[in-house]
Amino acid sequence: MPAADPAVKNGKTNASSRLPNLQPQEKINLFRQMLLIRRFEEKAKQAFTQTKIKGFCHLYNGQEAVAVGTISVLNEDDAVITAYRDHGHALVRGTDPNACMAELFGKITGCSRGKGGSMHFFDAKRHFYGGHGIVGGQIPLGTGLAFAQKYLGTNRVTLAYMGDGAINQGGVHEAMNLAALWKLPVVYIIENNEYSMGTSIARSSAGDPLTKRAGAFDMAAIQANGMDIDDVRAKTFEAVSLARTESQPTLMEIRTYRYFGHSMSDPGNYRSKDEIEQRRQSDPIELYKTRLLEQKVVTEEALNAIDEEVSAQAQAAYDFADQSPEPELETIYEDIFAPEDQIPEFRPDLREQK
Amino acid sequence: MPTLTYREALNEALSEEMERDDRVMLMGEEVAEYDGAYKVSKGLLKKFGPKRIIDTPISEAGFTGLAIGAAMYGLRPVVEFMTWSFSLVAYDQIINNAAQIRYMSGGQFSIPIVFRGSSGGGLQVGATHSHTPENWYANVPGLTVITPSFPDDAKGLLKAAIRSNNPVCFLENEKLYGYKDEVPEGDVLVEIGKAKVRREGSDITIVSNSGSTHRALNAAKQLEAEGISCEVIDLRTIKPLDFATIAESVAKTNRVLIVEENKPFAGWGAQVAYQVQRELFDDLDAPVHRVTSIDVPQPYNGRLEQAVLPNEERVIAAVKEVLA
Ligand SMILES: Cc1ncc(C[n+]2csc(CCOP(=O)(O)OP(=O)(O)O)c2C)c(N)n1
Ligand SMILES: [Mg+2]
Repeated sequence: MPAADPAVKNGKTNASSRLPNLQPQEKINLFRQMLLIRRFEEKAKQAFTQTKIKGFCHLYNGQEAVAVGTISVLNEDDAVITAYRDHGHALVRGTDPNACMAELFGKITGCSRGKGGSMHFFDAKRHFYGGHGIVGGQIPLGTGLAFAQKYLGTNRVTLAYMGDGAINQGGVHEAMNLAALWKLPVVYIIENNEYSMGTSIARSSAGDPLTKRAGAFDMAAIQANGMDIDDVRAKTFEAVSLARTESQPTLMEIRTYRYFGHSMSDPGNYRSKDEIEQRRQSDPIELYKTRLLEQKVVTEEALNAIDEEVSAQAQAAYDFADQSPEPELETIYEDIFAPEDQIPEFRPDLREQK
Repeated sequence: MPTLTYREALNEALSEEMERDDRVMLMGEEVAEYDGAYKVSKGLLKKFGPKRIIDTPISEAGFTGLAIGAAMYGLRPVVEFMTWSFSLVAYDQIINNAAQIRYMSGGQFSIPIVFRGSSGGGLQVGATHSHTPENWYANVPGLTVITPSFPDDAKGLLKAAIRSNNPVCFLENEKLYGYKDEVPEGDVLVEIGKAKVRREGSDITIVSNSGSTHRALNAAKQLEAEGISCEVIDLRTIKPLDFATIAESVAKTNRVLIVEENKPFAGWGAQVAYQVQRELFDDLDAPVHRVTSIDVPQPYNGRLEQAVLPNEERVIAAVKEVLA
């Protein structure tokens, strides 16, 4: 395991409030959410091999504790935005697994009406702002969500996720500068799974740890062990508190690992089977399971029953997606422009544009 | 009717719309304390304060993306590019995010945002600073592209753009900021997507926009002395294209010349020419002709740059060619 603690902070004070202790049921719920993501994606993987899912499909397998842990300290009306490895974030935000799977199948019942695909999940009602395919492109957007939250006086915060590869995009640094300069309530979360596609972090990124990048902006920075959901929760809580109470941004680096290829089309020749096997030994779901059993929060039988439940949910999502209708061809022309309400509609001839 | 410069007209539009709606704010380089690189935002900081008139660092990708995110969240930002030439470092944000998020999300998000700033050549600032990129943006589904030529349209169209619930690229023309003309007082909007006949004529239809509308009008004045009557259409909005106004005019003149500052390959005029031949073939008495910038990077030297631009001599020669 890469070292995950201790927290590195750049001279910013910790916000005072403390992470509340979880009730047994809440702990079980975290376990359930992680396992749902895993079972959901196992189904997705199967559907991809059956060619029911096309295009790019990036699995979150191994990283579940990051989305579940970080989002667990948010309020429902806080904002979440991430890159294309987005299935986990959407599911944790509460997007219906059926709608997620249907999106992967390109069906009209999908969470983006079959127009986004795996990389572009969206769920406005649940404050999930996507699902973004251009590496790093979502970080300025997330900074803007936080800008608007502050402008409107909402006291809400934004979690903006990116991969370890994305941290090398210029726009990410521009956005971090703006957030620090304008004191925006945003938490940037690098999900460092050690690879950007086939390029290891050692070959892509100068400076270790990545949280050092925050130093230039005098921004708070903190690291967490992404295989340990309790650590993820504790560290994210600090960052979220700083955002909410002092309107200050934080850069978090959460060390994690993905077990499968970059996407379903990646043979993975850049790392050894041994490496993956070794990492699987510190699996976040197994680790948490052991902890819950040790704490006698739950019995093994009860956890097995949860596994059955979420597996059934994943299967139901698969069936739902499979049986859902294709979008009608006319939907090609829908969802391009928002209806106007302050000026006349100015493109009734849209369909005629050749 | 009061007379205003193009710059003052834009300033009034911004000011009036910001007064109407608290969610409208302006951000960009030097827009606040410096009053804008071209003084379009003059006095707005004093009037609306630093929460709503925001100086940004030189980070087009960063603040453009930030503004798009803020628009997703319900604000109605106006983003000023010091010039549209600098929008290139924010191209990804405008195209992949502003233009496409609504579609990719199945209609869940609206992006009510205006990107605006100066554009165009003729100021001897060299190739990096002289772009006329309306055709680059018009090529992208989801974007509305507006290029006003006169102060009244500058004001009325900017007000409409700010009230639109969709992303609008609003390309002002650097050479026109000082141009003075009458502007109706008060809350007068100009409809987006409607061209305007700026001069009536019977021999040929000249389709133009922005600075090229002025070139076309000047050429038409000179041609009138030679007994040639030109009808000049100012597109005002590039996309959506008001083809109906073009068709009505061509039915009368049967001849078409397009004048645009884009480089020739896939400039918006190529689209107009295609639609004219496709839909008005029987109306035509001569092939459609087009005057564009010459297909080279913009030279600094003044004599060379004037030759590169679709100048009046080239417009006049082209009219005569079509009528020959
Ligand atoms: C601007 C851009 N360049 C390249 C790509 C192709 N691409 C997609 S994901 C990826 C690797 C990104 O790795 P990282 O940021 O670490 O995220 P991870 O996939 O590990 O979650 C690349 C190169 C892209 N989508 N966007
Ligand atoms: Mg990575």
